[in-house]
Amino acid sequence: MPAMAAQAAPSSGARLPPARKRGAWAWLRANLFATVPSTIATVVFVAAIVRALPRVVRWAFTGAVYSADYEACRALEYHAACWGFVTEKYRLILFGRYPYQEQWRPLVATVLVLAALGVSAHPRAWRRWLVVVWAVVLPAFLVLMGGGILGLTRVETGLWGGLPLTVLLTLIGVSASIPLGIVLALGRRSHLPFARGASTLYIELVRGVPLITVLFVASFVFPLVMPRGFRIDVLTRIAAGITLFQAAYMAEVVRGGLQALPRGQYEAAASIGLGWWQTQRRVILPQALVLVIPSFVNSLLSTFMDTSLVTVVSMYDLTGALRLSLGDPQWRNFFLEGYLFVGAVYFVFCFGMSRYSAWLERRLGRWTLRPGAARA
Amino acid sequence: MSRSLLSWSTRSGRARLYQVALAAALLLAAAFLWSNLRGNLASRQIRSGFGFLREPAGFAIGEGPVPYSPSDSYLMALAAGVANTLRAAVVGIVLATVLGTLVGIGRLSRNVLVRGACAAYVEVLRNIPLLLQLLAWYLVATELLPEATSPLQLAPHVYLSKEGLQFPVPVWARGWAFALAAFPLGLLGAWALFRWARSRREHTGHTPQVLWPALLVAIGLPVLGWLSGGAPRELDLPEITTFNVAGGLGMTPEFLSLVLGLATFTAAYIAEIVRSGILAVPHGQTEAAAALGLSTRRVLRLVVLPQALRVIVPPLTSQFLNLTKNSSLAVAIGYPDLVSITNTAINQNGQALECILLIMSVYLTINLLTALGMNWYNRRVALVER
Repeated sequence: MPAMAAQAAPSSGARLPPARKRGAWAWLRANLFATVPSTIATVVFVAAIVRALPRVVRWAFTGAVYSADYEACRALEYHAACWGFVTEKYRLILFGRYPYQEQWRPLVATVLVLAALGVSAHPRAWRRWLVVVWAVVLPAFLVLMGGGILGLTRVETGLWGGLPLTVLLTLIGVSASIPLGIVLALGRRSHLPFARGASTLYIELVRGVPLITVLFVASFVFPLVMPRGFRIDVLTRIAAGITLFQAAYMAEVVRGGLQALPRGQYEAAASIGLGWWQTQRRVILPQALVLVIPSFVNSLLSTFMDTSLVTVVSMYDLTGALRLSLGDPQWRNFFLEGYLFVGAVYFVFCFGMSRYSAWLERRLGRWTLRPGAARA
Repeated sequence: MSRSLLSWSTRSGRARLYQVALAAALLLAAAFLWSNLRGNLASRQIRSGFGFLREPAGFAIGEGPVPYSPSDSYLMALAAGVANTLRAAVVGIVLATVLGTLVGIGRLSRNVLVRGACAAYVEVLRNIPLLLQLLAWYLVATELLPEATSPLQLAPHVYLSKEGLQFPVPVWARGWAFALAAFPLGLLGAWALFRWARSRREHTGHTPQVLWPALLVAIGLPVLGWLSGGAPRELDLPEITTFNVAGGLGMTPEFLSLVLGLATFTAAYIAEIVRSGILAVPHGQTEAAAALGLSTRRVLRLVVLPQALRVIVPPLTSQFLNLTKNSSLAVAIGYPDLVSITNTAINQNGQALECILLIMSVYLTINLLTALGMNWYNRRVALVER
């Protein structure tokens, strides 16, 4: 009997059992020690983290000075962070040169707009009432900031600054450039040679030059081409410049949506007797615009970052206000803390928006495409 | 006849009417702006025209490869600006491509730490405005670095301080001129060798190994030129003096922070392009190539890379253009690029319109040239479809 059992054993040479695919040890092997270079990288990284982490924690947290105490900060001799700079200047950084006593107004205005943005973020809120919400929120923002009515003292736009200015320029830039971009995109895909040529020329010209030259045009050339005696303030000019710049990029975003629609949509619209305008309004645009909503969010993100350039034409947005607060010679040496703070503010907004856009893309992809529907 | 040409009742007539209306509206708007402009320029007594280009600029420019002094004309000042823009852009593009490729490949690493670090790099750099990053780099370069009297030594004779980076440079001699002249010849020779190898392969099916001979020609010719010029070996070494670091070649803190800021920022975008390009090659391609018996290296060289590059190169060029356009942020940190010099010129002579037109035309020319090169490349690598 034992001999027979031995014969039944596989004769082709026994194989090792497959490596474990699950469990902590298998994960570590696959992700940290899969190959020799991988192991070396792991060792180097762990060594660097072990060495650097305590120092970073000491610099940024445990050893840092949080109160606006200049002497205490100097005593640190840069071995730890002086968050006292931020404690001292955060209102200047966040609200710029806006009158100190009135700074609750930009605060309320910004919170209002951010709340409205938060509400608009969910596709379930994409109803007609959302238009009403924005029709209330935007004027409320401007009234709160500008004052002059309802017993609020008047604050010139030249004094607006910090985060509210960044948010305002972003909102105007994106919302005003969407209709312009739609017109330009339709123009670029039009069968009328002149309309196509003019739109293409505008889009390519603007996309070919840096934003800063457009801002120069807004601040130097706009006043020259206005009728004499007609003055527009800097904020309006810059907002118009950002809008005109953004419109060219928006047009390409919209064009992407238009091109993604299958020809069948046009043919179907033509076969039920719709004209060009009706086809665009009732059939093409509603579908194309939904397709590019995630790209709109990305435009919002890049405009938000681009507004920092208005610093160059002497406006005090978030970046400009930081530079303003660093003008104080006493605190100038603690610029690193200031930059980390403002960088963190930008990062929170931008990272949030990019995650949201990715989420939206997945969600809308599920929603707009029927199973099996072909998309060109 | 004229009724059918511009008639509301036919499709083509309507199309013509729309276009006529659009053209008229655009012309009217242009005429309106133009007449305002004329009036405003007259009342503010601002000159117009490009005559100012030949007049002396009168302001100094901090640095640049173009020899320039304040008594030179505006045209020379702008040329110096263009040279500075291109210099920053070229160095930035090279650095950004290298760093971006490394980070992009790193994001595909099997090691979770490498993967995570590269992902964190991309997310952090992409979500903070470039201007903020540039300003921070500039302050680090001008405030945190040691004084020029006690610079940081990175390598023998390479010093980093608040006044910038100083490094050794060969003293210009005949040998270097010969080497420089032989360099394009070497490249040409290598290219000819590759052409020959290719035509041999197409005619005979045998591939001559020309990689090493080509390298030899490309490197050997400049070396020969250097030798024939007397093999100059003298170096201009930076030395620490009591006041600063003297000698050698220097890079100003403005240039350093601009180039580093642009390169690290753009690298984050390039990393994403490289990653998606590599992921765009289906795994079946690698498997099929392996099934044909190709070695791993040849799989990479002959199958994966050509297909990945087709996806990578177009967005990569647009990142190069973005970097070039973003170099205009130099104005915020005082590096004398085209925009920054033109800004000075505008403040000085008030001829904003002409100056801005000049900047725009320079950028548009760069764009146009790149687009032409890109189209040529795309035609070369386009899939030959049935």
